Amino acid sequence: MDNTKEIKREVVFWPGNLVVAEAAIAAGCRFFAGYPITPSSEIAHVMSKRLPEVGGKFIQMEDEIAAMGAIIGASLTGEKTFTATSGPGFSLKQENIGYASFIEVPCVIVNVMRGGPSTGLPTALGQADVMQARWGTHGDRPVVALTPSYLDEVYMETIRAFNLAEILRMPVYVLIDEVLGHLSERLEIPDPSEYELLERPRPTVPPDEYQPYDSSRGDVPEMADYFTGYRWHTTGLNHDYTGFPTTDPAICQAEEERMERKVTNNIDKIEKYEEYMTEDAEIGVVSYGSTARAAMVAVNDARERGIKAGLLRPITLWPFPEEAARNLGQKVKCMIVPEANLGQMIYEVERVASCSGPVVGVNRIGGVPIYPGEILRKIEEFA
Amino acid sequence: MAAPYTKYLRMNRMPHMWCPGCGIGIIVKAMVRAFHALDWSTDDLALISGIGCTSRAPGYLDMNTLHTTHGRAISFATGIKFSRPDKHVVVISGDGDATAIGGNHLIHACRRNIDITLIIVNNYIYGMTGGQYSPTTPTGARAATTPWGNIDIPFDVAELAKGAGASYVARGHVGSGVQLERLIRGGLEHNGFAVIEALSNCHTQFGRRNRLADPIDLIDHISKKTINIRQAAKMSAEELEGKHVIGLLHKDEARKEYCEAYEQVIERAQAAS
Repeated sequence: MDNTKEIKREVVFWPGNLVVAEAAIAAGCRFFAGYPITPSSEIAHVMSKRLPEVGGKFIQMEDEIAAMGAIIGASLTGEKTFTATSGPGFSLKQENIGYASFIEVPCVIVNVMRGGPSTGLPTALGQADVMQARWGTHGDRPVVALTPSYLDEVYMETIRAFNLAEILRMPVYVLIDEVLGHLSERLEIPDPSEYELLERPRPTVPPDEYQPYDSSRGDVPEMADYFTGYRWHTTGLNHDYTGFPTTDPAICQAEEERMERKVTNNIDKIEKYEEYMTEDAEIGVVSYGSTARAAMVAVNDARERGIKAGLLRPITLWPFPEEAARNLGQKVKCMIVPEANLGQMIYEVERVASCSGPVVGVNRIGGVPIYPGEILRKIEEFA
Repeated sequence: MAAPYTKYLRMNRMPHMWCPGCGIGIIVKAMVRAFHALDWSTDDLALISGIGCTSRAPGYLDMNTLHTTHGRAISFATGIKFSRPDKHVVVISGDGDATAIGGNHLIHACRRNIDITLIIVNNYIYGMTGGQYSPTTPTGARAATTPWGNIDIPFDVAELAKGAGASYVARGHVGSGVQLERLIRGGLEHNGFAVIEALSNCHTQFGRRNRLADPIDLIDHISKKTINIRQAAKMSAEELEGKHVIGLLHKDEARKEYCEAYEQVIERAQAAS
């Protein structure tokens, strides 16, 4: 970082969906394909106006599936690409998300989560897609899902999503929710000198030596842009280092395990969380996204009442911050997990935390946020 | 016209996985000859497919090749072309891939008129999955899932493409590879969304269930059902019943190409900002 340069930060009062769109442009994204869906549509509105202004491309496709296909196609030409959607659209995209994971194409998918299964509550809050983010597409594949809670964090995590997608050669999710998408907040837009923009590894060998899944230089193979003379093939069939299909069990196993290692061996680059008053905590609260804002208030209120509560706030829900959750679980007598669903991340907390006491949820569906008072009552109940 | 096929094929991927006598080979050869006639660099060509027998073709061609998900090839191709309008983007797809699971993408690509060439290999059946009926299986025909005969009315693929707004629509068949080459070449040269329906033989899955198990018999059967567009113009609707009109069926050069239209969007946006 050049400290001699004056850092200029524009102060804005923006809604979350606008923050996502502007952050994507700041991250170098010049291609967006989408399909209208509440409560994410404002992201498409902004991209349709802003992208041509900066020489980029916006296209509204005929459905969610096609939008996902289009961003994968554009990414193959070397572009940083993204799409934005919400619950039902996220379901529709799943097959092509699995395809992008398997052919290892960088792209970003923003899911502004809404309430309910099926059509549910299109205009209201939900956090019920977090397990779908982990397991939604068929088959095994690594997952990175970012869950910011504040709009300045939404900005920086959106930029980080593009960087992670590039350096890991995989789709990366930004999971926000209707509350974050639609609330407006004061934030300072970071100066571009304050962050790095990263690119996918590109070939260091000439075309005749290039293999698209050659992992001899690391688990993230080098990726050639289309139309640059490399003429490579890829397929959603299980494939070997050449990109061509194989049914060899040992190769299938080795290649899928290599894909998983892109995340498991890079936890230090990916994982992010905030710990708040956890040092001496006796009650551990674990919460993410907009619900974590209420959880933070509840922890402060509990402290005012003399209860030693602390908050673990995963900013990467996937990979889940296992060590932080385990450290917290081993020192507290109870863990409380507020989330706007009927209990999803709580399974992960139970699995990794090894808490000797109860692990209990505070769950609310129906589109209304969980209030700090509800979390506080649960803290008091188990204090 | 002979062509140096091996220049375009990945010979190290041979032998291919298609059945002996399959019409896809004739269509791929016609496509390669069309590429060769245009002298396009394989570095500048992208060939995209979905799922099915036809969709295995890109693996055998030495260019930028993408074997995608079932039915979705055109959406991937749209992303590639829209991102790099200066390059050549071709989709090759079967009847099930292009007109059933991918039917929505087909009509919207036609409507958008993006400069992609789509070759639909119509062999009237789902071949790879075991001979189930497709949207182009003739009424009355037997398939793995119509053991008592097909009650569906098939799509006229070329008319569908034309109606949806494709600015170049042609139909050929595997009994006439030279004509197919000419029709494909015309589609490649056309600036807009071009659809070439190539009627083909799947003697293995369609033929064996419909007393046409020999590839020559099935190709003859398809050939006899075709009628050239010039002859068709002189025939009545009754006489054309059950016939496939072949040749260049529709060409509209006035229709604006999508990527060029978007360039004007960029100009307007940049002038205003």
